[in-house]
Amino acid sequence: MALSNEKLVAAYSQMRLIRAFEDYLHEAAEENNIFGFAHLYAGAEACAVGVCYHLEQTPQDIVTSTHRAHGHFIAKGGDVVRLAHEIFGRRDGSGGGKGGTMHVADWAVGMHGGNGIIGASAPHALGAAFSAKFKKTGGVAVAFGGDGASNQGAVFEAMNFAKAYALPVVFVLEDNGYAESTHKTYTTAGDPVSRAAGFGIPATAVDGADFFAVIDAAGTAIERARTGGGPSFIHCDVPLFHAHFEGDQETYRADGEVAKLRADRDCLKNFRDRVIGEKLVAEAELDRIDESATQQAAAAIAAAKNAPQPPSDALYTDVYATY
Amino acid sequence: MPETTMRAALNDALKLAMRDDPDVFVMGEDIAGGANAPGEDDAWGGVFQVTKGLVGEFGRERVIDTPISETAFLGMAIGAANTGLRPVVEIMFVEFFGVCFDQILNQASKFRYMYGAHAATPLTVRTTYGVGGLSAAQHSGTLYSLFAHIPGIKVVVPSNPYDAKGLLLASIADDDPVLFFEHKAMYDVVGDVPTEAYKIPLGKADVKRRGDDVTIIALGRMVRLAEQAANQAKAKGISCTIVDPRTISPLDETTILECVRETGRVVVVDEGHPRCGMASDIASIVAQKAFEDLKAPVSLVTPPHTPVPFASNLEALYVPTVEDVTAAILAVVNEQGNKREK
Ligand SMILES: Cc1ncc(C[n+]2csc(CCOP(=O)(O)OP(=O)(O)O)c2C)c(N)n1
Ligand SMILES: [Mg+2]
Repeated sequence: MALSNEKLVAAYSQMRLIRAFEDYLHEAAEENNIFGFAHLYAGAEACAVGVCYHLEQTPQDIVTSTHRAHGHFIAKGGDVVRLAHEIFGRRDGSGGGKGGTMHVADWAVGMHGGNGIIGASAPHALGAAFSAKFKKTGGVAVAFGGDGASNQGAVFEAMNFAKAYALPVVFVLEDNGYAESTHKTYTTAGDPVSRAAGFGIPATAVDGADFFAVIDAAGTAIERARTGGGPSFIHCDVPLFHAHFEGDQETYRADGEVAKLRADRDCLKNFRDRVIGEKLVAEAELDRIDESATQQAAAAIAAAKNAPQPPSDALYTDVYATY
Repeated sequence: MPETTMRAALNDALKLAMRDDPDVFVMGEDIAGGANAPGEDDAWGGVFQVTKGLVGEFGRERVIDTPISETAFLGMAIGAANTGLRPVVEIMFVEFFGVCFDQILNQASKFRYMYGAHAATPLTVRTTYGVGGLSAAQHSGTLYSLFAHIPGIKVVVPSNPYDAKGLLLASIADDDPVLFFEHKAMYDVVGDVPTEAYKIPLGKADVKRRGDDVTIIALGRMVRLAEQAANQAKAKGISCTIVDPRTISPLDETTILECVRETGRVVVVDEGHPRCGMASDIASIVAQKAFEDLKAPVSLVTPPHTPVPFASNLEALYVPTVEDVTAAILAVVNEQGNKREK
């Protein structure tokens, strides 16, 4: 795959922005800001950004997300300031402060929302793919979901239907090994790639901490969808750098597990090593991005902290389009 | 009697039931936690730690962490209940019934009626409900009325640790499918709870206090609010009866109506959605059966008919407060309260 400096810089900026944003969010949570159930995405940035690398940041291409949605929101081109405001429950958040961390969305860029119900969003991607096919837009839909979600009936039903109708959808399984505190090996039979293959869906497994592996697999899958080849499945093995949700004591982890994941499986480090080694992006440029992404994240969170809450009457609005 | 949290009272009931009957087992997502993970076994003991310690005492044969497959494991519990076991299932948040509702709506609730009296489903399903901790629209609902609507299942809504323990033990021993609703913001509420096993019959309301002027019927977490509001009203010379139905299916109409007849004024307090909910159901029963005794229209205190918002100011505005209940009490006796602008 031809890699332009410009696209790589953009991708790295997004990955770094996700990481920096969540570092500040984690700090804010430790300072007793309450976000409900906030699930941080950090560790899997290469997956969201690598997949969205091939998507238009418009309603042509749709992603459906999960409870762990911040990364997908930023990768699909959502505005980090509106994201921060939503997570803090502010008037100027992406959902006017009424959705919160698990329900961030920006349909204008094709980010169709986080979701608090595990597995529920996979069929929505199916529907978006159906619309694209029906209206011949050339659009593609991507259903992100976790290893835990992969055991939900709705996900299997969606995969079956996608293949039977040759819909332009890509299922991306972000496998961090855990569903909350329970390890996948305890609850999950078979392996994800052969499950998908059982439906006749072309399926591959990649290291989700390797941006370049993700863009290769996603490029093939999305191209297949765009050209009428039907659904694909990508299994991304990703590390989870924070707890399942903010405030969870992580007693299910081994001692030193997270430190080791951060040391060995950091997609940002991997990216830097590769692009510097292959002289695709200069180190100084990466450093500059680190700094500006960190500033951008800090500014978004600082602004959200002090922003106004929604007005009282927002409680009653947007239950319906018409009353 | 020792002071015990709601969480500990429920945990105690589960342990007692499991010790007493080897056919009782518990099942749900992360109810032990840590399964096959490199850290601690029993890492969570349930998302609210209600099932903590069970796996240590009873082992993984009887404490089953499930995949995120609610249809499969709720259906499985029904099948196990039909074949001689007494499952206690946890559906972590009531909203997740959206995934597996058929198992309640068309399956467990109808077996006995369709297949005959031999078809028993002695199943208990514990779940959590209610506003708490900015859990937002998909994790905050008070949806028990959806279940009370369905004939063939029993629905329990405890308001304090003592009742929670006795009602859970009664639910597990019951031969019908029972849905047991725990308010997620009440797990740290304390009360006196005996250490031994005891059962509180399903279908029997508790009259928390008797007064002359107003009968307040309140459910779950709202019972506390009703008590505080009744205290505020008392300072103004208004005396209240408080009825806690404790189970909404079966509903103890007899006790409710008897109390309503004594005071002639009624306030119903419910955290559920106002349309087709428990508050409107109770109001309708009162209107049908005690109309002659009413001195004022029945007053309902509920949230507005909206999903639960995330922002903390809106969440606070959404959920009924003591002041809302006090204002309703004063209104039914024709006094001015400071009703919140809503
Ligand atoms: C239908 C449903 N069941 C259970 C839950 C509770 N829950 C929230 S996150 C989660 C684990 C999800 O695991 P996975 O899909 O692997 O995503 P991860 O958190 O690892 O990113 C569970 C069980 C839920 N939100 N929805
Ligand atoms: Mg997972």
